[in-house]
Amino acid sequence: MKVLKLILKNALRHKLRTTLTILGISIAVIAFVLLRTVVTAWYAGVEASAANRLIVRQAVSFIFPLPYAYRDKIAAIPGVETVSWANWFQGVYIDKNQFFARLAVDAETIFNVYPEFLITQSELESFKAERNSCILGQDIAKQYNLKVGDVMTIEGDIYPGKWDFVIRGIYRPRDKTTDATQMLFHWAYVDERMRQEQPIRAGDVGWYIVKIKDPNQSALISQQIDALFKNSRAETKTETERAFQQGFVQSTSAIITSMNVLSFVIIGIILLVLGNTMIMSARERTREFAVFKTLGFSTYHLTGLIGGESLLISALGGGLGLFLAFPIIQGFESFIPKGFFPIFQVEPITVFFGVSAALLIGIIAAVFPIQKALRTSIVEGFRFVG
Amino acid sequence: MSAIISVQNVSKSYWRDSLEIPVLNNISIEVQEGDFLALMGPSGSGKTTLLNLIAGIDKPSKGNVIVAGTDISKLGESALAKWRANSVGFIFQFYNLIPVLTAFENVELPLLLTKLSKSQRKKQVETALTLVGLGERMYHYPKQLSGGQEQRVAIARAIVTDPVILVADEPTGDLDKNSASEILTLMERLNSEFKKTIIMVTHDPHAAEKAKQIRHLEKGDLV
Repeated sequence: MKVLKLILKNALRHKLRTTLTILGISIAVIAFVLLRTVVTAWYAGVEASAANRLIVRQAVSFIFPLPYAYRDKIAAIPGVETVSWANWFQGVYIDKNQFFARLAVDAETIFNVYPEFLITQSELESFKAERNSCILGQDIAKQYNLKVGDVMTIEGDIYPGKWDFVIRGIYRPRDKTTDATQMLFHWAYVDERMRQEQPIRAGDVGWYIVKIKDPNQSALISQQIDALFKNSRAETKTETERAFQQGFVQSTSAIITSMNVLSFVIIGIILLVLGNTMIMSARERTREFAVFKTLGFSTYHLTGLIGGESLLISALGGGLGLFLAFPIIQGFESFIPKGFFPIFQVEPITVFFGVSAALLIGIIAAVFPIQKALRTSIVEGFRFVG
Repeated sequence: MSAIISVQNVSKSYWRDSLEIPVLNNISIEVQEGDFLALMGPSGSGKTTLLNLIAGIDKPSKGNVIVAGTDISKLGESALAKWRANSVGFIFQFYNLIPVLTAFENVELPLLLTKLSKSQRKKQVETALTLVGLGERMYHYPKQLSGGQEQRVAIARAIVTDPVILVADEPTGDLDKNSASEILTLMERLNSEFKKTIIMVTHDPHAAEKAKQIRHLEKGDLV
């Protein structure tokens, strides 16, 4: 018989209690992983942003447009490689609750500034050649079972009316951090129709995406762009794509902070659940610990027995929680609109934190029972009536 | 015969809050090697406390306890634990077996602290259990055994390391007459046949009759 076997036998002494504790820990780990995954998904845009891209937007607010005429002026600044632009189109496709990003973009340049959107040359050429065509992210194509040649009808809201787009390509994400849920179509097509129906909105650009040659020059180029349009009717605010994305995230910082706090509250709950089990378990075994001490078992052995049991339970709970977290998170993802969290996956760091938290809790939960067992003398232990 | 146990001017007090409760008053006693000593006395007379001091599970407030040449009253906790593992076998009133372990595993427990191999441990455990008449019930759990059988497992656990002395605290106190008689016969055999020095605390005059020597304690004094 080895000590490990004894730890296992002790852990299984009260099967129902141990099972409930393991389940409690696993549920808490699932909740922890889910919350951390949501928080990570919130920051996914920030993490995926490129260092060599600047975003130029209206200084007052993102919702105000910039003139198309800025394009050439920005392009003339030294260090600028490509200038592209986009408008937030929004609209509704089939179900207004199913959200994904729909953007009017410059067909000529958009795939230059976003090389992480992978598309075949023939699809790109077809897209460029046809004004009412669109390119779809593969996740959205899969969700709606769409293929090249299909027509998507968008009910416009910011840009009123019915808009038909022919799918001419489906882009793939370069890696798992790339958003594969966007629908991209010609800015020129939208602008042309605006020119006819609402001439006052013609030539409006939502924001410019500026690809620069040297990321180290981003601050200088940003200053130069903003200086160029200072005191104009549409002053600009230029920032790195990361800062731009962070600005979005910060607008919901209270929610994210709450979720962060909640995820650590859950760790505290696991600690209390396991701590309670270990205290009860150790208390019931006060006499047995006295027997072990009498037989010559040392402080080291008792620490190993109690700590090992606590670690075993926390590891089983943590392992089960992580094992179940993946399918549960996949199920959760299917309930939220595809484009709401374009990148929604359990990150390795979340798994690491989950495992570490479970093991750390296993150690902490054992501290008090170990201390109690070691401080209780053999004589007191034999007198104990549980 | 030489004295294997020498208790010299030992006093022991316990503290309840700020109140000192004296339990043993300047006790001195010697036990010869191979002796079978019964300690008797009313409840609260200090007999279990004296046994605990001899067995190294408690320390005297004053005086020395020397067992087989070692002054155990001067040993630190860690050294005392090692000494107990090597030198003393314990038999308790309520057996104190670990319920999740089989008879074999309970008896094997003290051997886990030794450097014996698995096969050596197995051999010793089987010998001890056979000696107490439980060779057929090695893989039974305590709840599957009678009180007398449980106490025999406890005796096997006490002798498996071949200790210098055996201490027994009311070993028949929780047993019926027949089982008690079997246990006492077994202890008698351990003393006579295997030359084990035994100190037994008991209330039972019939149990004490099995001992070679009987000492009485009253209010912390040997009488």
